[in-house]
Amino acid sequence: MTKNRLEIKNLHARVVDGESILKGLDLIIPKGEVHALMGPNGSGKSTLAKIIAGDPSYEITEGDILVDGESILGMEADERARAGLYLAFQYPVEVPGVSIANFLRLALNARRDEDDEIGVMEFYETLQAAIKELNWDDSILERNLHEGFSGGEKKRSEILQLLVLKPKYAILDETDSGLDVDALKTVSQGVNAARGPDFGALVITHYQRLLNYIVPDVVHIMVKGKIVKTGSKELAMELDEKGYDWITSQLAA
Amino acid sequence: MSDLPLDHPDAAKLEGMTHENQYNFRLAENYAFRSEKGLSKRVVEQISYMKNEPEWMLKFRLKALEIAEKKGRPKWGPSTVDTLNFDEIYFYIRPQDRQGTTDNWEEIPEEVRKTYQRLGVPEAEQRILAGVGAQYESEMVYHSLKEEWTRQGVIFLDTDTGLKEYPEIFKEHFATVVPPEDNYFAAVNSAVWSGGSFVYVPEGVEIEVPLQAYFLINAQSAGQFERTLIIGEKGSKFHYIEGCTAPAYTTDAFHSGVIEIIVKEGSRARYTTIQNWSHNVFNLVTQRAMVYKNASMGWLDGNLGSKTTMKYPSCYLMEEGARGEVLSIAFASDGQWQDAGAKMVHVAPNTSSSVVSKSISKGSGRSSYRGLVQIHEGAYNARSNVECDALLLDEHAKTDTYPYIEINEKTAHVGHEATVSKLNDEQIFYLMSRGIPEDEAAALIVRGFLEPVAKELPLEYAVELNRLIELEMEGSVG
Ligand SMILES: Nc1ncnc2c1ncn2[C@@H]1O[C@H](COP(=O)(O)OP(=O)(O)OP(=O)(O)O)[C@@H](O)[C@H]1O
Ligand SMILES: [Mg+2]
Repeated sequence: MTKNRLEIKNLHARVVDGESILKGLDLIIPKGEVHALMGPNGSGKSTLAKIIAGDPSYEITEGDILVDGESILGMEADERARAGLYLAFQYPVEVPGVSIANFLRLALNARRDEDDEIGVMEFYETLQAAIKELNWDDSILERNLHEGFSGGEKKRSEILQLLVLKPKYAILDETDSGLDVDALKTVSQGVNAARGPDFGALVITHYQRLLNYIVPDVVHIMVKGKIVKTGSKELAMELDEKGYDWITSQLAA
Repeated sequence: MSDLPLDHPDAAKLEGMTHENQYNFRLAENYAFRSEKGLSKRVVEQISYMKNEPEWMLKFRLKALEIAEKKGRPKWGPSTVDTLNFDEIYFYIRPQDRQGTTDNWEEIPEEVRKTYQRLGVPEAEQRILAGVGAQYESEMVYHSLKEEWTRQGVIFLDTDTGLKEYPEIFKEHFATVVPPEDNYFAAVNSAVWSGGSFVYVPEGVEIEVPLQAYFLINAQSAGQFERTLIIGEKGSKFHYIEGCTAPAYTTDAFHSGVIEIIVKEGSRARYTTIQNWSHNVFNLVTQRAMVYKNASMGWLDGNLGSKTTMKYPSCYLMEEGARGEVLSIAFASDGQWQDAGAKMVHVAPNTSSSVVSKSISKGSGRSSYRGLVQIHEGAYNARSNVECDALLLDEHAKTDTYPYIEINEKTAHVGHEATVSKLNDEQIFYLMSRGIPEDEAAALIVRGFLEPVAKELPLEYAVELNRLIELEMEGSVG
């Protein structure tokens, strides 16, 4: 069923007029599944995530990205988001002077018809539900987008937005880094709450620990711009024990 | 402002206006009298004669004209000002035969009234203002104050009527804050001034809602030289708002007001300008306040329109504990030059001042911050803080900073911080990755940049500012 999946086909990509980073990458994330993506620093995980989201600083030289069977290469980042894609950034930016509430209202209204803007009650109920899921405080809504946020708070905000925007496919780029043990649990709970038959996710992480909370259906390992190994959740445990040398020596053999 | 309901009713008044048609409202030019073009003794005498003024005012005008001629134009500031040709400007245009203003909208020529209606003036007057003045070309055509404030002794008149009805208060204060010698354009204004507001707030009276004046230039090649004089007696409080607009002509128009404010002991005064002149208007304005013991003066200066603006609202902190604040927003888009800033003069001990300037430049637009902080000897523990941030929307846009600081007092504390940033691609991508289209993302970033200043505006004006920013941002990215 090509209809219900996020599919990356033989993807080659580089920084605009620069170094090539992805070198023939294939990946399929069916709806209803959560896949983990692991790989050494600099292997291209964040680049892949941003390219899927439509970052214009990269260009695709070969291959395709399909959402439910349709290529999204011709779409700008905002169209892709409205088509159901979501990226929780490894390094979420700060946007001074823009409150989270105002920003999320714009983001939600961008998904609706011009004459059908979200009502005040509905909006606050949606926000409240997400905040509760993450054990967070209301006051966060009036704060400016990531201005003065701690590293962990930024990550939590990325998941808050995921719960409010309800994407079909989400990519979480090292959402666990910078979170304390308790926050890791609540944020994982938040992600698990989003899981269901209509939701697929790619969880990028360096640590097995996160995968104890968000248990993946499949684990992929990426090295130098390619998926080099795919397996079950046990693969992540093995990797945790043996390190990447184990994979790279296998590849060399 | 960060969390404004964008569907606020006041947003409707600018609804449907695009960048092309927002200045597209020019009316037929039906004036009762128009001086010959150019600035001359004859024109000055004509103005004074038509206004039937006391002798001292005519003398004052003629003296000011001499001062202007002697001074000549400033040798600094935007070079575009050199292209302003006085010989092409009508220095006085009286829109109607009747002397003075009315407080009845029905008595104003219909088409003029309609323009004010389109700007939402009568409606705003009903709901949120204490009083309204409306100037059309050289004269105020409407002036009205709600009875509640008249009863408490507040005076709110056009300046010409103020001169006639309150000659003593008028003469005591007029031109004491901005004398004609101050600068070239103040001298020009002193020679040909007409219209503006005369406001007197008695001791202890606190006007909780704003007074507003709307300035409209309709005629081609017109000059508008309003003169506003505001006196806040001890312990008073007021907020005066000024809005400006004009239709777009191919010939230049010239607006050069002088605003004088006297803020006496313990008073709190605020003056807000939302200037949206069409891009053929030279806007060269002098605004100054004298601030006395423990009183405070705040200027909020929003310069969005005009071809070239030179405007540096200033506070003279004359007595102990006086406070001055300037919050400035400038938006220079294609062909515009916004030379805006602030001037803080600390004369007395324990005075404090703060300047926050936010400027945005786009395309061939250019914005400059020009500021002066002066601390006189003996102004012990004077404190001043200046922060100016510039945002460039593309590679061509320009910004400059000219911060002058003169300190003659050892115990003073003066801080200055300036930043220049570009519209950030990472921020745009982030917002777009949440489904927000690129132009809205850029407008959101700009509004966020202005937020520290815009949040000080009354809600209705913040909404209007948002709409104006959106118009300016149209087609600015991609
Ligand atoms: N915009 C860019 N300009 C130049 N080089 C880039 C750019 N983006 C990515 N790269 C390079 O591409 C490679 C892959 O980077 P990427 O951030 O995708 O790695 P990663 O797998 O996410 O690493 P980490 O685990 O450290 O987060 C790195 O060598 C990086 O320096
Ligand atoms: Mg990364």
